[in-house]
Amino acid sequence: MATATATRGSTARTPKPRPPKKRSFKPRTLVITAVAWLLAALFLAPYLEMVVTALRPKNELRDRTYLPQNFEWSNFIEVWKESELGQNLQVTLLVAGGATLLVLLVSLPAAYYTARMRFRGRKLFLLLVLVTQMFQPTALLVGLYREFHQLGMLNSVWTLIFTNAAFNLAFAVWILTAYISSIPPELEEAAMVDGASRFGAMVKVTLPLALPGVVTAVIFTFITSWNEFVMGLTLTTEPDKQPLTVGINNFIGAYTVEWNYLFAASVVAIVPVIVLFAFIERHVVSGLTAGSVK
Amino acid sequence: MSLKAPPSPAESGRGRGGRAPRPRSRRSGIARLGPLPWIAPVILLILVVVIWPIFELVRTSFLNISIAGIVRGSAGTDKYKKLFEESDFGSVLVWTVIWTVVVVSVTMLLSLALAQLFNQRFPGRRITRWALIAPWAASVLMTAIGFKWMLNRTAGVLNTLMLDLGIIDNSRDWLGSSSTAWPWMMAVAVFVSLPFTTYTLLAGLQTIPSDVYEAARLDGSGPWQTYRHVTLPMLRPAFLVGVVINLINVFNSFPIIWAMTQGGPGYDTSTTMVFMYKLKETDIGESAAMSVVNFAMVVVLVLIFLKVSRWNEED
Repeated sequence: MATATATRGSTARTPKPRPPKKRSFKPRTLVITAVAWLLAALFLAPYLEMVVTALRPKNELRDRTYLPQNFEWSNFIEVWKESELGQNLQVTLLVAGGATLLVLLVSLPAAYYTARMRFRGRKLFLLLVLVTQMFQPTALLVGLYREFHQLGMLNSVWTLIFTNAAFNLAFAVWILTAYISSIPPELEEAAMVDGASRFGAMVKVTLPLALPGVVTAVIFTFITSWNEFVMGLTLTTEPDKQPLTVGINNFIGAYTVEWNYLFAASVVAIVPVIVLFAFIERHVVSGLTAGSVK
Repeated sequence: MSLKAPPSPAESGRGRGGRAPRPRSRRSGIARLGPLPWIAPVILLILVVVIWPIFELVRTSFLNISIAGIVRGSAGTDKYKKLFEESDFGSVLVWTVIWTVVVVSVTMLLSLALAQLFNQRFPGRRITRWALIAPWAASVLMTAIGFKWMLNRTAGVLNTLMLDLGIIDNSRDWLGSSSTAWPWMMAVAVFVSLPFTTYTLLAGLQTIPSDVYEAARLDGSGPWQTYRHVTLPMLRPAFLVGVVINLINVFNSFPIIWAMTQGGPGYDTSTTMVFMYKLKETDIGESAAMSVVNFAMVVVLVLIFLKVSRWNEED
């Protein structure tokens, strides 16, 4: 990210020299660095505590210590045998994967057309999409429950795929439209002069160039569906049909909470998404604010 | 900077003077159908999953429905009357306002500072920024459960830490009473809202051209003055968008409270969203009435967003 900093003299230098040539550790820089690293640690701390708890042996769960005396690595394996969470993880994988695929299938053509063509209702379409992004499922839960109850589709993986896809569509359409608009149509036209069909030109020319947008949409949808909780809680009632978030939440309701297992499962669910998120971090803001901030 | 719908093709693709790419004359079969084949799936999905539930919601709020889900005729406006006469309704409403306002204000203030900090050049900026996104990427529910565990009376690390630091004499059941549960839950809500907000403000900061700072410096403006008179005004669009999106998110927030206190004891730590969910167990009609009120609130916030984001402006 190229940045405009208020630091003195930074403007004189070339905009973004990756490794700063000389590092003069002025006191100011030192303080900033220390505070930033401290904050970074603070932001990670709750997750590190989850890792520590996940490694505690059962008999050390109630100990008032910062670290356990023995680290029980097998918790990460036992949890899937000792509980039904393995089943829940499977549901989550299906739902997140399915929703991501559906979002991509549905939003790519729409984004392409909206970016390339002027048509009546274009503004209205974009408005509809934008408004959906703002309506979160929580306020609509009772309606969603009633609808899928009447359709006899509670406890179905498909229901969770459809609902997760719908609430993530907006982000995908929005970010893909923005990306595709930034690619000059002349490139496609040139390919078409060379004999490619419009569809061929779209797939071979535009899509590769819009790849960062596609990747962002894919990862974002996957993570959001992976983390989704309220719809899973409302639209499924049978324990083996519930996504992992709901399964983990059920753990707390149990008479003795096996925190070590609970967090072993949580860590497995959290670490991959934090890593994935790092790839799209810089693109997400523009998608979430509908381009209000770039 | 502050933006608008993706530019429509006429303005963007072609240079000035270029014709709008009208659908070409040799139209294929699909082209004759216009936009429908392209955008219909999106519209269909939105209709089924977003619009239909809105309709169901309103309908349900006027119905008598048994716990088993059997419709027992119309209820008129009884469910709304029942809702408004709930003895806890008033306090739930008040707490919802407090919850939303406190969490959003604290988030915005802290994010301003964080954005300023992480906009500086220092060794490890990429790594530290990456650490910042953890609460954004991780499931909010799991983060909340993590805090519930850290506040555990017997073995919670936060209790241990505060005991060791001498902040408290005895370990406490922080989530057991509303007076201590609220501040902790608000802290968690701020914690998970900070990354997005900070990144939004960072993006805003980057739209400020560096020569503006240079000019301010030449005018002899000090750092604080520069911040107040240059940075803050130019950050306004990003700030406003951050405020409204956070208002929507925090008002809608459910997993934090659900995981940490389930809105209890009683309804003492419930917002209207949690209240709605708890009512669902006993009377779905009344729960729907609460949802309609919530939804109306969301619509107001969305309208404000549309105004603030100026999505409609094209260049």
